[in-house]
Formats: sequence, structure tokens, C-alpha cells
Amino acid sequence: MTNIKRRNFLKAVGIGGAATVAGFGCAANGSATASRSAHVIVIGGGSGGATAAKYLKRFSPDLQVTLIEPSATYYTCYGSNWVLGGHASMDDIAQTYDALASRHGVNVVTDSVTEVDPAKRAVKTAGGTTMNYDFLIMSPGIDFRYDAVPGITAADAERVPHAWKAGDQTRILRSQLEAMPDGGVFVMVAPGNPFRCPPGPYERASMVAHYFKQAKPRSKIIILDNKENFSKQGLFVAGWAQHYGDMIEWVPSSRGGQVEEVDVANLTTISDSGLTTFKADVLNYIPPQQAGAIAMQTGLTGDGFWCPVNQQTFESSIHPGIYVIGDSSVAGAMPKSGHSANNQGKIAAAAIVNSLAGKDPLAPSTANTCYSLITPDHAISVAAVYALNAEGTLAGVEGSGGVSPADAPASVRQMEAIYTKGWYTGITADIWG
Amino acid sequence: MKRSRVLGPGIALALAALALAPQASAEVERGELLAASCFSCHSIDATGNMPGLVGYPRDLMISQMQAFADGSRPATIMDRHSKGYSKADVELIADYIATLQ
Ligand SMILES: Cc1cc2nc3c(=O)[nH]c(=O)nc-3n(C[C@H](O)[C@H](O)[C@H](O)COP(=O)(O)OP(=O)(O)OC[C@H]3O[C@@H](n4cnc5c(N)ncnc54)[C@H](O)[C@@H]3O)c2cc1C
Repeated sequence: MTNIKRRNFLKAVGIGGAATVAGFGCAANGSATASRSAHVIVIGGGSGGATAAKYLKRFSPDLQVTLIEPSATYYTCYGSNWVLGGHASMDDIAQTYDALASRHGVNVVTDSVTEVDPAKRAVKTAGGTTMNYDFLIMSPGIDFRYDAVPGITAADAERVPHAWKAGDQTRILRSQLEAMPDGGVFVMVAPGNPFRCPPGPYERASMVAHYFKQAKPRSKIIILDNKENFSKQGLFVAGWAQHYGDMIEWVPSSRGGQVEEVDVANLTTISDSGLTTFKADVLNYIPPQQAGAIAMQTGLTGDGFWCPVNQQTFESSIHPGIYVIGDSSVAGAMPKSGHSANNQGKIAAAAIVNSLAGKDPLAPSTANTCYSLITPDHAISVAAVYALNAEGTLAGVEGSGGVSPADAPASVRQMEAIYTKGWYTGITADIWG
Repeated sequence: MKRSRVLGPGIALALAALALAPQASAEVERGELLAASCFSCHSIDATGNMPGLVGYPRDLMISQMQAFADGSRPATIMDRHSKGYSKADVELIADYIATLQ
């Protein structure tokens, strides 16, 4: 026994759960064999990471799974627009990690990862711990590219909230909307593709309009868009006209929607080389986005802003042994949504379990559903089923999916609103329950 | 032998174990993975308002998915989902879900 081995052992027991000695039995040739259960670390306890941790334990209970997440309470972005609309509270969108730990046996560590060493298969945390892994799953969500537009930085997010990560930012935007006088102007700047939650800005406009209609009906909503069209556009535009008249104005990039500079002090946006300006009473600037900082820092994005992966397993194309899921990953036609992240967590978990069992990865077939509320009783949805195509890309299965019918009666819209709430309860139970 | 006694048998076993590749005995079958995507909405704990699926009878699952796909059972969204799965996929899902307790 060498000292090195002894050090390894001490390091291994230092991971909190300890490398367990399991599976003593008789091999076919009669000699005793031993194995240790593999250790999987999951970075990020959001939609993707919490699902992956739970399903790793579901699929293979003897795995050791450590989930590292800095916040004890996670506020879902889904439902955060309802908080802005005044018909849900922050408590309604709060999730915790108790069930993952007590019910599913996940080792939940409240800390944040500061460094990943893919060669040594180790992570370092802000709390000063080093942990080794056999497999790593990363689901760090998004970070903002404040450098894309001059005049505004991350330090301005109190005065000009993004509210594109839920929590304090949601509270700030809600209180600004509450403080705004009737007749004021709410300006939202929406990013170009790809970004987290393609229908999100338009659901937000709807929910703010719902609030304004009751509390300050002379107010206006302007969406300055960095694109020429958007998710479920026809259904949103029809719903806006039906419920809110001309309260919501959508400005595409070609007509002054592409913001080139933000004047934070005057809550004013500047476009068309200064020819067009919009003055807001409440300004919601949603910056362009990139993979979560830890993924960028680990080199998992290559030259781009997002992490390329093998779309059958979600294993990084750059660092084998690291799986990237959720918003940070490039997942073919799957949108950056909580529903996508949830299903990608299951695919990565199955891929790791099967790789340990020496099996080939499965051919995935997976799905996304995004509901959006236009009023609390009028919802629309987009759905799709995805499978790997010949190029190894997750693509929509022909004939499946699509958006809610344009000509549906109010009863169907209401039914979808009921299912919107049911979706929230169901998916949060699947992720954190 | 002598060293083992110094370290204690548990540690010696652990050291031996560390030299081995990590293992897990379990394996995920395709039906289980496909069915897992149903649980996003149809929570396995039957919370929410989508119908629970645990123990859903196999043949009923196959006939309902068919009915959603051909429009004979009206739906708000299952029509759009059901068309994304082959008959063989639906059978795998139905087989797995019927075993759930
Ligand atoms: C307004 C709005 C509405 C939305 N509505 C919907 C909807 O209706 N339906 C839907 O499906 N999706 C919706 N989404 C999208 C959804 O919220 C995201 O796509 C989803 O949460 C992405 O999951 P993720 O796991 O990639 O990231 P996240 O859920 O953001 O999780 C990332 C986690 O990683 C942690 N983390 C980051 N870095 C580190 C580190 N270094 N160490 C440890 N932990 C770290 C973070 O703390 C965070 O908890 C909405 C989004 C917005 C903004």
C-alpha cells in the first residue's frame, strides 16, 4: 500500500458520502470481486440538474449522487410572469431540495462550484471543498451578455431589472410596476434567438397587461424586439387584441426594435443610430444570453456561447465525462425551456447509468410543452416530440407538435389555462418532489 | 497481510475497491426512458391535474394514444404529442407504465 493510494482514499471519503464498498460476491471464476459505486456530481439544482439528480437515483439507487447548488430555495422562472401579473405569490413559485435529500437519497450540498478540472475529474467549491467525480452533469442555466449593448451593465439590474432569473429580480420588477402611475409606459427589450424561454417575453407582456387593465388601464406596454417574429405570434397577437385592445405594441428589429444603446439614468432606449428613442417609466431589459459561467469557464462552449453535446446522451463534445443539459446546451430543435431541461436530465441520467452497465446509449425520443397565459383564463401552448435524425440532431418528429388551434373557442383556452396550472404542479413534482 | 492489519480490514477493502472501475448494476430500458418524459406533466405522484399514469392498463394506454392520434378522442394537447410516437414506442411505454406501482 503506497501513500498515494492512502491519500486517494482519504480524498474519496472526504466527498461527504464516502466511496462505498459494495458488491462483494463471487465472479464466474470463483474469485472474490469488489466494486465501488460510482459518484456523479450534478452542478446546479434548477430544472435540469435537480431532475438529473433525482432520476440518477431512480434509475440506479446504488449510485452516489451529489447535487451542488448555492441557493437553498429555487424560484422557478415558470410562474414568475404570473407574479408580475399579480395572481401568484413568490411562495407559489418557491422550490426546495428537501425531497431530493430525504426521499431520493441525493447528497445536496449548498455551495457553488468555482472550478472544474476535467482531467482530474474534480470540482472545487466556493466553500473550499474539492470533490472527485466519475461523471459530471452540468445544468448551470444562463448568464447575461451585458457587453452586447453599451450603456448598461450588470450593476444596473436594480434600476433596470431583467427578471430573467427568478427571485429578487422578480420582486424588483413587480414593485416597479406597482409604483408606476396610471398612464405610464412599460418598455421591455427582448433578446434575439437563441435565448431562455422563447414565448417568455410575450407571456410577460400579457401578464403585465392583465395587471394594468385592472390597476392602471391608461398605461402602455412596448416590446422592443431584436427579431422579426416570435413564438406563438399569431395566437399572442390575437389574444392581445381580444383582451387588451391596443395596450401592447410590438416593435420588430427592422422598425426600431433593435436597441443599440441604453440610457439607464433616463430609462431610455436608443435605436436606428439614435433616430428612434423610447422613454420608459419601467424598463425591463432582457440581455442576450450565453451558457452559465461555469460552463464557459470550463471551456465547454468552445468558440461559441453554448455547449455542443452529443444529442443522444448530452455528453459534451469537448470534454468526455461531462454532460451538459438545460439552457446551456445546444439541443437541436429543443427550445431552452424548463420542460426541455427536465427531459434532458432524464436522458443524461439514463446515458450515465447505461454506460456504467456497459450498454450502448438508448435512442432518445423526448418532448417539450410550453404553456403561456394571455389572461388567467386564456392559455395557449406549443408542443413537440423530438427524435434523433440522421445527422444526430434532435429534430421535431414530422406530423407531431405545433401550437394551439387559431380558431379554438374560449372553453378550450380556459381548459388550457387549467392545464397550465396543472403543468406547473406536475413538472415541479417531477423535478423537486 | 501485515499491512492490512495495520490499516484495518475495512480500509484495506476500500483501497482495493478504489483500484476498480466504478460500477452500477442497474440498466435503463428504452420504455422506461420514453415513459419518463410522460411524467413531466403526468406526475408519478399524481399531483397536478393531468391524469395519473401509475399502473395504467397497457391495452388502454395503447388504444388511447391511438385515439388521440387519429382524433377520435378530443384533446387540447395529447393530439399533438401522440402523433410523435410510433406504435412500437407506444407499446414500450405502455408495457413499462403498466408495471409501475
Ligand atoms: C419569464 C420566464 C418564464 C418561463 N416560463 C417557462 C415555462 O412556462 N415553461 C418552461 O418549460 N420553461 C419556462 N422558462 C424557462 C426555464 O425557466 C428555463 O429554461 C429552465 O429553468 C432551464 O433549466 P436549467 O437547469 O438549464 O437552468 P436553471 O433552472 O436556471 O438552473 C440553473 C441552476 O444552476 C445553479 N448554478 C449556476 N452556476 C452554478 C455553479 N457554479 N455552481 C453551482 N450551481 C450553479 C443556479 O443557482 C441555478 O439554480 C421560463 C423562463 C423565464 C425567464
